[in-house]
Amino acid sequence: MFQSPTVRTSFIFLAIALVGLLFADIAITASNPWRDLGNFFFGVVTPNFFSNEGLMTALLRTVSFAFVGVALGSISGFLLALVYRWLPVRILCAFVRAIHELFWALIFLQFFGFHPLTGVLAIAIPYAGIFAKVYSEILEEADPEPGRLLPPRTGVISAFLYTKIPDCWVQLRTYTAYRLECGLRSSAILGFVGLPTLGFYLESAFSQGHYSDAGAMLILFYVLIATMPLWVKPKLLPVYILGAPFFLGEGLPIVWSNVGRFFTQDIVPSPLRGEEGWAGMGAWLGDMFVNQAMPGIWNTVILTQVALVATGIIALLAFPLISTHFGGPVRRTSGHVFLVIMRSTPEYILAYILLQLWGPSMLPAVVALALHNGGIIGHLIGRQSSSIRLRSDAPSGLSRYTYELVPRVYRSFLAFLFYRWEIIMRETAILGILGIYTLGFYVDSAIQNIQFDRAMMLILITASLNIGVDVLGRFIRRKLALQTMPTC
Amino acid sequence: MAGFDLSGLTASFGGERVIGPLSLKVKEGEQVALVGKSGAGKSTLMRLIHQHVNRNSSLVPQELGLVNALPVFHNVFMGRLDQHGNWYNTVTLMRPFSRDKDKVRELLKALGMAEKLWIPTASLSGGQRQRVAIARALYRSAPLLLADEPISALDGPMAHQVMQLLKDRFSASVFALHDVEMALAYCNRIVGIQDGQIALDEPAERLVASDIMSLY
Repeated sequence: MFQSPTVRTSFIFLAIALVGLLFADIAITASNPWRDLGNFFFGVVTPNFFSNEGLMTALLRTVSFAFVGVALGSISGFLLALVYRWLPVRILCAFVRAIHELFWALIFLQFFGFHPLTGVLAIAIPYAGIFAKVYSEILEEADPEPGRLLPPRTGVISAFLYTKIPDCWVQLRTYTAYRLECGLRSSAILGFVGLPTLGFYLESAFSQGHYSDAGAMLILFYVLIATMPLWVKPKLLPVYILGAPFFLGEGLPIVWSNVGRFFTQDIVPSPLRGEEGWAGMGAWLGDMFVNQAMPGIWNTVILTQVALVATGIIALLAFPLISTHFGGPVRRTSGHVFLVIMRSTPEYILAYILLQLWGPSMLPAVVALALHNGGIIGHLIGRQSSSIRLRSDAPSGLSRYTYELVPRVYRSFLAFLFYRWEIIMRETAILGILGIYTLGFYVDSAIQNIQFDRAMMLILITASLNIGVDVLGRFIRRKLALQTMPTC
Repeated sequence: MAGFDLSGLTASFGGERVIGPLSLKVKEGEQVALVGKSGAGKSTLMRLIHQHVNRNSSLVPQELGLVNALPVFHNVFMGRLDQHGNWYNTVTLMRPFSRDKDKVRELLKALGMAEKLWIPTASLSGGQRQRVAIARALYRSAPLLLADEPISALDGPMAHQVMQLLKDRFSASVFALHDVEMALAYCNRIVGIQDGQIALDEPAERLVASDIMSLY
């Protein structure tokens, strides 16, 4: 069995995660975690939809920010996809998508303040980078033959509209709709940095112990995402996109002098601003590396590796829940509901809830990342396993799982897992804002201390780390000849 | 200029020469049939000619090159995208003009599928798809036709109807055909291809089917 490169790779990653566990800070520090967890679940099953009139506004704002952000991101991403062959564009896109929406929000908050533009750009910019990449991949796969048959003097635009777009239309539409769902999740968590979306109300309900209000919010959010096929219709889309900008709320006006100061002073490394000049840069960088960047990177990498393997284990355990090869319709339906809840809860919200209940440590982060990502991968390979046709005398039960199904889906399972490696790392970094000592923690504290120069530098380091893992993940997938479709 | 005069045509695949070097001259009024066994290089030669005449020809490739998601009308209309500006083509994509509709419908009527005008080509049968590619070549109405096995998926009467139509509409044409009887019936010059070289080049009236069979 160890001859197989996929198995060997899996065990290497398992070993890394086990070693990582030795160094990871895994603990439940809350004094009575089970009572808190019980209270929370009681809140979810007794939701209170009417206590807070802010709830409906928060929902409306969440949808509006998602629509405006994703629409802007999709349009700019499409335009970028047309020139994606150009190396500077590819680098720019890789860079903007390596920075998490919440980091973008934190940056824009410093100079736009609580203006709707902050939330819109925080979604639109990283999404533009992702759209550009995926759109260009889709367009590249269009059949080139019809284009070669066109009369020689055909205009570039006509050729593009007739031979490329129709061939890719279904895929472009499916991916964009899927991204809209991701956009709703991104929009919801923007509330955690103070924008008027669901996260904001969730945080305040939690801090006051109003679990029934929090439960109502979560349930409404699931319903919103689960019913998307019903209310997101092609004919209604223009209405939503044109209407959404009017429901972003007023926010606070932009102070343009802040914008200028941010770029010309705040983010300039402090030695360059003061009298030390370039001579002081060495000490400044060294101090930042030793006290902030290195501990942040170390914790981010450990947490990522542990969460990656935990995600894999959850996915392998969860996929039989929806596979047609196991259980009856009742179990499959409940399996579907379970996986939908796991994957539609943003990992940030999940981590926030668990952190409130269990106290600060890496454990809530690992569990949240594993549940969310494991739910996504479990759903994808569960669906794939249902399309496998077994011989009629195939074994049942555990032997069916170990001999018939897992070997057949293992390669695509690994492909999805390595695809999500970079996503897990991006999320791990951002969970630092909740108080786990990953890179996000150091970014957030630098901002609290009004050291925007350090914050920017740490964000750049985080982005490079994500790009590095993305490259490594792609290298491993190519080495093992694994192929996959993009997931968010 | 309906014909062409090409020399030094060569093509390699994976480092191995599959065509030529060969020369081929086609004059106005000539209907040339390329015959030979499959793999002899007919399709490659077709593509070479298409490139060398700077794509100034109506091409019916073996793979048809249809945009499956678009209806029949737009696939045919694509033959003349160069005749209109971008705005005209873009509007047509959403709401075709009636004069274009009439022209395309007439062509399709001649090919026995006028009722399929708005059906996406993805849902057509093989023979219907082949006729859409032929309609696009006819609509293009370049003086030269290059058709690679244009009747391979058509039944007897329809195959004859299509060959007659193509013969009448183009002042010069090159067909790759595996059906020797069809080649002799509708073409006035037969060019036999063997191992990437021209092994036979005679007027059709001087040949009978058995002369050609030696190539196979």
